Amino acid sequence: MEQKIKGRCVVPGIAAGEVLVTSQPISFWGGVDPATGLINDPQHELFRQSVAGKVLVFPFGKGSSTGSLIMLELARVDKAPAAIVNVRTEPILATGPIVCKHFYGKEIPIISLVEKSFQMLETGQHVTVNATEKVIIIHH
Amino acid sequence: MRLTDEEKGILDGKQGEAARIALSVLVDLGEVFGAESLMPVSQAHIDATLYMVDAGLQFVEKLANLGAKTAVPTSLNPSAIDLVRWKELGVSPEIFPKHHRLAAAYIKMQAIPTWTCAPYQQGIIPRFGEQIAWGESNAIAFANSVIGARTNRYADLMDICAAIIGKVPKFGLHLSRNRKAKMLIELKGFTGSMFENDAIYPLLGYLVGEIASDQVAAVLGMPPSVTFDNLKGFFAGAASSGAVGLCHLVGITPEAQSLEMCFQGSQPENVLQITPEMIADFEHRLQTVQSESIDWITTGCPHYSPAEFMRLAELINGEKVHSSVAFWVFTSRTVYAWIKENGILKQLADAGITVFTDGCPLQYPRESWNFSAAMTDSAKFANYCYSQTGLPSAFGSLADCVDTAVSGKIRRRESPWNKK
Repeated sequence: MEQKIKGRCVVPGIAAGEVLVTSQPISFWGGVDPATGLINDPQHELFRQSVAGKVLVFPFGKGSSTGSLIMLELARVDKAPAAIVNVRTEPILATGPIVCKHFYGKEIPIISLVEKSFQMLETGQHVTVNATEKVIIIHH
Repeated sequence: MRLTDEEKGILDGKQGEAARIALSVLVDLGEVFGAESLMPVSQAHIDATLYMVDAGLQFVEKLANLGAKTAVPTSLNPSAIDLVRWKELGVSPEIFPKHHRLAAAYIKMQAIPTWTCAPYQQGIIPRFGEQIAWGESNAIAFANSVIGARTNRYADLMDICAAIIGKVPKFGLHLSRNRKAKMLIELKGFTGSMFENDAIYPLLGYLVGEIASDQVAAVLGMPPSVTFDNLKGFFAGAASSGAVGLCHLVGITPEAQSLEMCFQGSQPENVLQITPEMIADFEHRLQTVQSESIDWITTGCPHYSPAEFMRLAELINGEKVHSSVAFWVFTSRTVYAWIKENGILKQLADAGITVFTDGCPLQYPRESWNFSAAMTDSAKFANYCYSQTGLPSAFGSLADCVDTAVSGKIRRRESPWNKK
């Protein structure tokens, strides 16, 4: 069985993976270890969990403008999230995947959802994020 | 996006591969945020100047090696290290070449080697209403909110792309309509003596950032007597806890002299309050250190100003830093030259305080220094210290930091918001 959620394309691309959800914003710089992809902010509810290969679901980004650089490095060492799902995507967060596309030719799609749709995603679900087609497919 | 023929030509590679990459990144960002076109900026400030990861070095070196040059005056954020006295800072000779290569790549692209995270303190200071492309979260929040210049929160690598093209997508905080405040934050129950304690400003900023997150907020109740450095600490805190690009301080922010100006004639979507009790709770939360002993005091996050050095010299007057403590201050070469000139540098050195230039305290070479606990007057540093370096930290006013430095144990003067 499949369930489809409609969203808005922020950065195009297609990726599949396991969902990791947090209701807290994430700062990639100071919040994610660029060598391992582990959340290293002790105040974050995902502390010590890995974003690598995950469909990372969080409402919006926060913090330092170095976040994009950390995302590019995560992509370089293959520890980046497979895709990102937000309620709102701010420029710093979008920059990492955009530069990644033009520099390494790697896709990290980002899709944004309205709050109600955002609530439908749960940690552990297997999903396909098709940002190009503006849809997330939940595989049950 | 509507592009001019010249811009289309750049995307076709007519001005070289570096310009093609830079413009492709800007156009993609513009598409994401619904920009109709690109618009010129008159200056840029680059954030990705400290060597941290190889991906950043690869990107910047590639642009420089392709012959890219900055199209507008472009200042640079700190290097990770003191580029002159890196040996004294304990930087290993194995890693130094990477810092040096990154610095050289920016200089090759004709950026100005300012190496400071407080570009609003000296150099190419923007004017009210000026359209600019700045990186570095604290500088962005300061430029928008204190000076009234206009920049989005440009990320690392986007900023150098904007500097090379001399343009940005026309969206976000470049446009008046997006500078309208949505929420109102009222400071309730604060007294004059609370505002006389410098430590309140980074704490207030941090709380405002947490509440405002990525929304434009208006803060009512900041005293008109607030200083330049108070505002610096406030916005460094705000931009580290939230995605704050612009926060109107009513009566202080140039375009926010009244509530009506903040909300452009409409009503706030929500009204929230900050009380002294919240500041006290938050101050407690910011503290990750368990022990009583402190062996590293670090200030200058963002880079210290001449007035902050004057205050430090006044506080340390006649005292000496305890033998078990390292006391470091980070600043720009410009401010360093001033304090050297007027004798303050010698006064600080005699007291056992070391002043570094160019660098960032969060990037200190951990392998060379076996510090166990830090203390700082910066909410931004305290916020990132544990997660970035694994080192627990305490936050206090500069006076607390100096007392602690002299004794080697955490000393805190009673703060008015902590009185029971």
